[in-house]
Amino acid sequence: MNEILSVSTIVGILYSAIRLATPYLYAGIGEAFSQSSGVVNLGVDGIMLISAYAAFFVVLNTGNIWLGLAAAIFVGFLMGLLMSLISITLKAEQGISGIGLFMFGLGLSSLLFKTTIGTVKTVTGFQAIKIPLLSDIPIFGEIFFNHSLLVYGAFLLVPAAWWVLEKTTWGLKIKSVGQNPAAADSLGVNVDQVRYFSVCLGSILAGIAGASLSISLLNLFQDNLTAGQGFIAVALVYFGGWKPIGIMWGALLFSAVNAFQLWMQVLGIKIPSDIAIMLPYLLTIAALAVTVNRVRSPAALNKPFERGEN
Amino acid sequence: MARTNDTKAISTFAKSLVSRLSKIVLPPVVYNTLLPASGMVIALIIGALMLMLLKVNPISAYSALFGGAFGSISGLTQTIVKATPLLLVGLGICIAFRASVINIGGEGQIIVGALAGTWFPLAFRTLPGWMLIPLTILAGFLAGAAWGFVPGILKARLKVNEILSTVMMNAIALQLMNLMIRSVLMDPAGVTAGTYLAQSERLPEQVWLTRLIPQTLLHTGSIIAVVLAVAVYIFLWRTTIGYRIRAVGLNPDASRFAGINVPFYQALSLTLAGGFAGTAGAIEVIGVQHRLLEGITSGYGFSGIVAALFGGLHPLGTIPAAILFGGLLVGGDKMQRAVQVPSSLIDAILGLVVLFVVGSALWSRRIAAQQQRAAVARASASKAAEVHA
Repeated sequence: MNEILSVSTIVGILYSAIRLATPYLYAGIGEAFSQSSGVVNLGVDGIMLISAYAAFFVVLNTGNIWLGLAAAIFVGFLMGLLMSLISITLKAEQGISGIGLFMFGLGLSSLLFKTTIGTVKTVTGFQAIKIPLLSDIPIFGEIFFNHSLLVYGAFLLVPAAWWVLEKTTWGLKIKSVGQNPAAADSLGVNVDQVRYFSVCLGSILAGIAGASLSISLLNLFQDNLTAGQGFIAVALVYFGGWKPIGIMWGALLFSAVNAFQLWMQVLGIKIPSDIAIMLPYLLTIAALAVTVNRVRSPAALNKPFERGEN
Repeated sequence: MARTNDTKAISTFAKSLVSRLSKIVLPPVVYNTLLPASGMVIALIIGALMLMLLKVNPISAYSALFGGAFGSISGLTQTIVKATPLLLVGLGICIAFRASVINIGGEGQIIVGALAGTWFPLAFRTLPGWMLIPLTILAGFLAGAAWGFVPGILKARLKVNEILSTVMMNAIALQLMNLMIRSVLMDPAGVTAGTYLAQSERLPEQVWLTRLIPQTLLHTGSIIAVVLAVAVYIFLWRTTIGYRIRAVGLNPDASRFAGINVPFYQALSLTLAGGFAGTAGAIEVIGVQHRLLEGITSGYGFSGIVAALFGGLHPLGTIPAAILFGGLLVGGDKMQRAVQVPSSLIDAILGLVVLFVVGSALWSRRIAAQQQRAAVARASASKAAEVHA
């Protein structure tokens, strides 16, 4: 037990927690944009997988991490367009089209991985950058200021997303088409256009989330690399009440549980790993049950908009 | 913006297509078959493009695919063996989706059904086959139903989004199986031999389902699945509970005003959906593998959704759909061997089929609405003619 309580272990767990929150933050905040405009994009996991593959493939072949990130963004955008076409223009049931998008991303990323890469390889991805002065603070600096650019970016995204959603006209438009699309439409807001924008922005962020796994945190790609993290990110949006700051607390809670579980295994502490791996999922269900009635969801969530119908 | 113009062009095109199509009055069943079928064709064309990018001749790949699945008796029996769990999962999906409850938990429900279907005959191995087989299937049903009940009750009581809770239940079931298969259910022979294989003991022979054709895997479970499909059809369209489940899905507000307990029927439909997936798991164990192995679900929890959607969420329509997709899964493996294309291509195509089938629902809704308007107009015109006469 002394090992668990030692300072270095606690620092290690917290450092991992910050790192591991990265994909949840990008994907979760992206999903918050999408859902605030009224579209539930359940395909996040599929977008993350295919983007993670794209980023990894580009870095493996060019060695350029920025090109890799750009590839993930581009692929995320394309997947967002596909989701928008099906869910907004063709007004499909969003839950099911999202599952279709997930299956497509899962299958395609596996197909491409097997045909173009074949075996698990590693790349040199985004490296940890020590922030001068701040990283010299004992303990605190070690935990917070020795991460890769994508990790810093994920946490900077929190205030940025808050600012866009709360303080800009675009944020207002996004929320208005999510709350009352008919009213927004009568005021001249192009509902479909705003929703396309939000879903594509969300998908681009999901793409970055995928890249953060394959070219920053793990620096490898394999079949089903995300293992359902995209679905947890969607759950975090409900947990966080559609607010970036709430999503951040949720992401940190999850990654802390995960980091704790990983460190227990590293230290060889005897809890069956199957039970340990179960913990985040049990926590998600519990979190959803506790928080779901506390905050109101966007009123038009999951409802396709058709002029003259409402 | 260019994007908006594209959207507009697509929607104008869609509108003109709808108005043209709706002038031809065909029974809805034709549209309900044609639209998914064209979605399938488009998905296969995109698959062909992907094959060409991978420098594989799509014609030889697809002939290996369909020839392997439907071209021989042995291929056909393998197709039906794979179609069986797809149909069972799909039946549950029909019930859940008809109630507007989206069950993504098929994978987990199959797993717990398979766990129960393994544990029960091992625990009661002295029972005769005629008792053991139905009880084992029942155990699988109940385990799956319990796994569906949890998200069901969470949705009914606490309004927890069932899509997310069922996905989480999948992950929990997977870890549960990994834990059990390496502890209480682990094959004692593997422990003695020191191999510690992650599989269960072989089940007692009297619980094995009869093979319909010798030398093949085709078993009586396929017949059970078809009988259950008819039963689900009768349940949904000929009983009060089934009627209420469909009413809840069509219009929850109207159902509430009509005094239907909406959350109850949503929870019930999710529980039943879990039960059917659990049955699929138990039948897979006693019909095909005769023991519990890792990867028992083979993704049936997701492909069962595709089968049900393709079958128009109708239990009887799901039968041919399950055979089609069972064939794609079998053919995918054969294609992998013939032209060295990973069978993941089939998973990608299945995803596209889902996207296109739900995307095409807009057309069938609009066609139905236009036909109805036309019928009303005709009726009022003939009434007016009567008055004049």
